[in-house]
Amino acid sequence: MSAPIRSVAILTVESLTVRFGGLVALNALDFDLRAGEFVGLIGPNGSGKTTFFNALTGIYAPAAGSVTLSETDITGLRPQRIYDAGITRTFQRLRLASTLSVFDNLMIGNHRNLDQSLMTNIFARRRLHQQIMEDIEKSRVLLEQFSAPLASRLFDPVSQLPMIDRRRVEVCRALISKPKILLLDEPSAGMTHEETRALMDDLLASREQMPGLAIVLIEHEMGVIERVTDRCVVLNYGQKIAEGSYRDVADDSRVRAAYLGED
Amino acid sequence: MAAASAAVFVLLFLYLEEEWEIVVLAVGLIATLYSAARFGFLGQIEAAASEHSRTTILVNFVAAALVIALLRGEHFALLMLATVFLYVTVCLGLTVQFGYAGIVNFAGIAFFGIGAYTTAVLSAHTPVPHLVVIIISGLVAGLIGSVLILPLLRTRGHYAALVTIAFGILFRTFLEVSDILGGPQGLKVPGMQLFGWSLNDNISLGPLGTVSFYAAYAVVALLLAAGAYILVKRLERSWIGLNLDAIRTDETAAASFGIDVPRWKIFAFTVGNCLAGVAGGTYAMMSGFIAPASFNFGDSLLLVSIVLLGGSGNPLGVLPAALLVVVLPEKLQIIQEYRLLLFAVLVILILRFRPEGLLPRKMREYYASWGRT
Repeated sequence: MSAPIRSVAILTVESLTVRFGGLVALNALDFDLRAGEFVGLIGPNGSGKTTFFNALTGIYAPAAGSVTLSETDITGLRPQRIYDAGITRTFQRLRLASTLSVFDNLMIGNHRNLDQSLMTNIFARRRLHQQIMEDIEKSRVLLEQFSAPLASRLFDPVSQLPMIDRRRVEVCRALISKPKILLLDEPSAGMTHEETRALMDDLLASREQMPGLAIVLIEHEMGVIERVTDRCVVLNYGQKIAEGSYRDVADDSRVRAAYLGED
Repeated sequence: MAAASAAVFVLLFLYLEEEWEIVVLAVGLIATLYSAARFGFLGQIEAAASEHSRTTILVNFVAAALVIALLRGEHFALLMLATVFLYVTVCLGLTVQFGYAGIVNFAGIAFFGIGAYTTAVLSAHTPVPHLVVIIISGLVAGLIGSVLILPLLRTRGHYAALVTIAFGILFRTFLEVSDILGGPQGLKVPGMQLFGWSLNDNISLGPLGTVSFYAAYAVVALLLAAGAYILVKRLERSWIGLNLDAIRTDETAAASFGIDVPRWKIFAFTVGNCLAGVAGGTYAMMSGFIAPASFNFGDSLLLVSIVLLGGSGNPLGVLPAALLVVVLPEKLQIIQEYRLLLFAVLVILILRFRPEGLLPRKMREYYASWGRT
């Protein structure tokens, strides 16, 4: 494919490989992402999509290959450093702290901007109070882009929220630190079509506020992929088998074979 | 009002001698807390308390001081009260470790013991002022705790618990064979001297009678517990407290958002051990004598059961729980021998019927009027 180069790639992945013992979960994957791009990552169950996210974010150590973010090598860094470099994510099975409030969960995502000094946290309580007030305002503004009723439940525990609001909180947690790249791992899981549609609308709307934000979306609902993505990458057995616009990919015979089985 | 009734209760608890009265009181305490929680009074009291957090601390402090003043002549009651405050301090340390960061520590009494032995050695052989000795004891406990950090960071859950159990048992065995530290006979510890005033002298008030020297220790222990409470509460209501809670609930998610998991685990573990060490140092000076037999694995279990009974992660729950666990066996001689068994049953009952403890932890909040804007 020869897409016109609108901007330079911010993320370049070269022959990334992940092995679990004898199993090759990800096999020499090449992948690149430009600023502002919305890429869909699809493939059957077990094809290595989530493994790719985990290898990118430092949860799994890659066996080979390299990952370059804005000309900095970030291969195999710890999750903390990947976050600092500007890549955040959501999880397939929500990983929110359900006993904590919406605000607390957002602040976990805002870690990079929080004052971690002992001085502020234990002694200079007035300064801490001021920081908290600013962050409450910031959280409210972000949540309102997604759902106004949710913004008024800032102090409720996440466990009391319906599924769609939990997804919203998780997306907001990943967005509040203003990352360069957002990785969404199957945000439609456990939600109805309408809810997924609403979430994607919110996401597209809030993307307007964050120019340059690139998004990679793992999704099984092809309707969603077709609607929101600029480009698709298809994985099967840890390898890339196709890449291109949704139309091109959907018509590809190898992709059909991977999803429906060989004739 | 709640503080006043609590003070009256503590007073009765320590003052009464008859065993049946004690039983009635203990059952009464549990029943009161339970029904108060059931009918929402507790929520109101806690809400009011957090609304006026400064006043609450002050009122409670004054109530505790009043209890000490009223018991001024009673050696044994004051000794118990001081012990309760010291246990509260240790358990506040465990609250940071277990309640906040989720690190199980079954060696609480070992860090208490490290503090006690450090104080014994330093006060017997060096002219360091005793206030400094106590602080050093806390630091030494924190420092020795760092030996455990590496294995603790590599293990999770049950395995981490085993590491601390092993350490607790090793510590006791080490004390018994160490001749320098007195072996099984233990060490004598001089009484505490603060600013040239010896705490081991009874104070005569002329016609009002004499004040037991334990009253002085009870005040010191009270100050310690109050300081620890403020520290732990402030930690909870801060970004650091949020880091710890995030790590407890989901380490992977925490790491994915930049939280340095090892750093904050080390922080929580060390803060907890320092509190235990400071309390241990004070205990050594108060009791005047320490031996390995005082630092058993069973005592570590008691500490953990106090935290569970009070409500894991709620610093406020530690006080009634410590009161029950420390004073009850002393008052009820019959159960003395069965106390471990009894507390085991108690912990099981708690985990079965009220897993969050007598005073369950509330939602995180950062300041008084939180969530009502």
